[in-house]
Amino acid sequence: MKPIIELENVTKMYGDLTALRQVSLQFHEGEVSSLLGPNGSGKTTLLRILAGLENPTSGEMRFQNARVDRGNINRVRLKTTMVFQKTALFNTTVYKNIAYGLKIRGYPQSETDERVKEALRIVHLDGYDQRPAKKLSGGEQQRVALARALVLDTEVLLLDEPTANIDPKNVSILEDVLSQVNKETETTIVVATHNVFQAETLTSRAALLLNGEIVKVGAPQEIFTWPSKLLESYARLENTFSGYSQVTGEGTSLVDVGDGLHIEVPFEKTGHITVFVRPEDILVSSNPLISSARNSFEGWIVQYMDLGPIVKLKIKARKDFTVQITKRSFIEMGLNVNSRVSLAFKASSVKTL
Amino acid sequence: MVNEIIEGFLTAVHLISTGDPTVVEISVRAVLVSGSAVLLSMLWGLPVAMLLGLKRFPCRFIVKGFFTAMLGMPTVTLGLLLYLFFSNAGPVGPLRLLYTPTAMIIGQAILVTPITVSFVASAIESVDPEIADLAKTLGASEIQASIAVLRESSRGVLLALTTSFNRAIAELGVVLMVGGNIAHSTRVLTTTIALETNKGEIALAIALAIILLVIVSTLTLTVSLIQRHKMSRPAELEKMRT
Repeated sequence: MKPIIELENVTKMYGDLTALRQVSLQFHEGEVSSLLGPNGSGKTTLLRILAGLENPTSGEMRFQNARVDRGNINRVRLKTTMVFQKTALFNTTVYKNIAYGLKIRGYPQSETDERVKEALRIVHLDGYDQRPAKKLSGGEQQRVALARALVLDTEVLLLDEPTANIDPKNVSILEDVLSQVNKETETTIVVATHNVFQAETLTSRAALLLNGEIVKVGAPQEIFTWPSKLLESYARLENTFSGYSQVTGEGTSLVDVGDGLHIEVPFEKTGHITVFVRPEDILVSSNPLISSARNSFEGWIVQYMDLGPIVKLKIKARKDFTVQITKRSFIEMGLNVNSRVSLAFKASSVKTL
Repeated sequence: MVNEIIEGFLTAVHLISTGDPTVVEISVRAVLVSGSAVLLSMLWGLPVAMLLGLKRFPCRFIVKGFFTAMLGMPTVTLGLLLYLFFSNAGPVGPLRLLYTPTAMIIGQAILVTPITVSFVASAIESVDPEIADLAKTLGASEIQASIAVLRESSRGVLLALTTSFNRAIAELGVVLMVGGNIAHSTRVLTTTIALETNKGEIALAIALAIILLVIVSTLTLTVSLIQRHKMSRPAELEKMRT
């Protein structure tokens, strides 16, 4: 694959603070890449340089083999677009938000109308064109932001934590749209995320950023083979448990993680291992659960965090579990701190580090 | 005295309702002079406001502080400075601008520039800082991105326009000193009110004062209604949605 953007020894400083240090990376045409890293690792700064919003303090960026400088930065901006983590919208209708970039490019009205309509269809917001953009829900606003970027059909699409702070339904829509767009238009997509699972499912190459430096680049399937200390150092993986695993004889193993808690995993392994389960893969019920899930525990809520459409719960079930549910479920089940709950998750939801 | 005031009000109502030529002439001139002054102040004030609102540069706070301090500039002080500037011995004396509507327009424009700059700069600063970057990622040039930010701060711009116009049309010091209150030439509402009151012609003074109040309050009310309509539109659309 041909490289579309190349970074060579790019360093970015803000006063005395080094946001990026000697970053050299290539992004190839039609490829979906992810920039993994914790908050403050330099992901957003890197995306802003790729978008032509920031100039490197030193080093070089090439776009389609041409060195990017003040003279051709507008050309890069016309071929690249970015969706921000915090959804920024113009204070007007959905239509005018999406049509903005097309007007800048001088598209005729009829084609603008058609493109806006098609972009809204892709993000499942048909008929939303005359609604005030800022009155939509967080997830819908992020889909408008994505439609506004997609409508331009640029060669590069940059996304900064596109699914942070939105509910699982909208996350799923956004992920589907991104896969579809990459397949149909061969757009080069770069996603900055701290979600290793998103990197694994969405992208074909992942780069790990730590303190402004690229420390690892590889296929997303390899992410979980990276040293667990490296992984834990950047992504505070929730629900991570270590213990001794013993084969059950039914094709699974049981890991004794301490405090009398045993977690069933979907493979046979004897010895010390570290496992984890995603907060969104754990089911919560206010009544005892009878299900096919191999792991089922009783506990109580010790803390909850309202994140808009979703609520993050900390549940004590011999060990601490972090669970993510929709706010609607939280309200319907009448949950609160000290509420007794049942947790359940499939053995297949458990991954190893 | 009370009788005089009542009589003055009645005469004022008569002058206004019959469209007295003097009243009309003075009112139209006042609106034209102050309207032109506001447009002129926008012409040079907007770029300064955009620079202060969008860019970070050394001494920015000093420049901002200067315009904020100038909000309270006494009109007679400015009038005096401009009088010296426009007078025959002044730097632009040969242009013979003193006692002309042009001098009044320039004077009022300078007077209201701090309002334009301070209000618009603050409105721009209150816009989501990501709007300019957003516009750029959608392909906008620096100028187009700045216009996008200005559009987002349209309420602040409208407020600056209204306040500037109200300040200009209601001020007396500058227009009196550089305009001279010459009949059929530089006489405007405030200068005539002062003159007629001094002469004891309370009726005409009251009529013009009423007109001044009507102009100022009508403009303010209209702008408020426009803003209210713009704000309620999303709510109406929201109702359609539910």
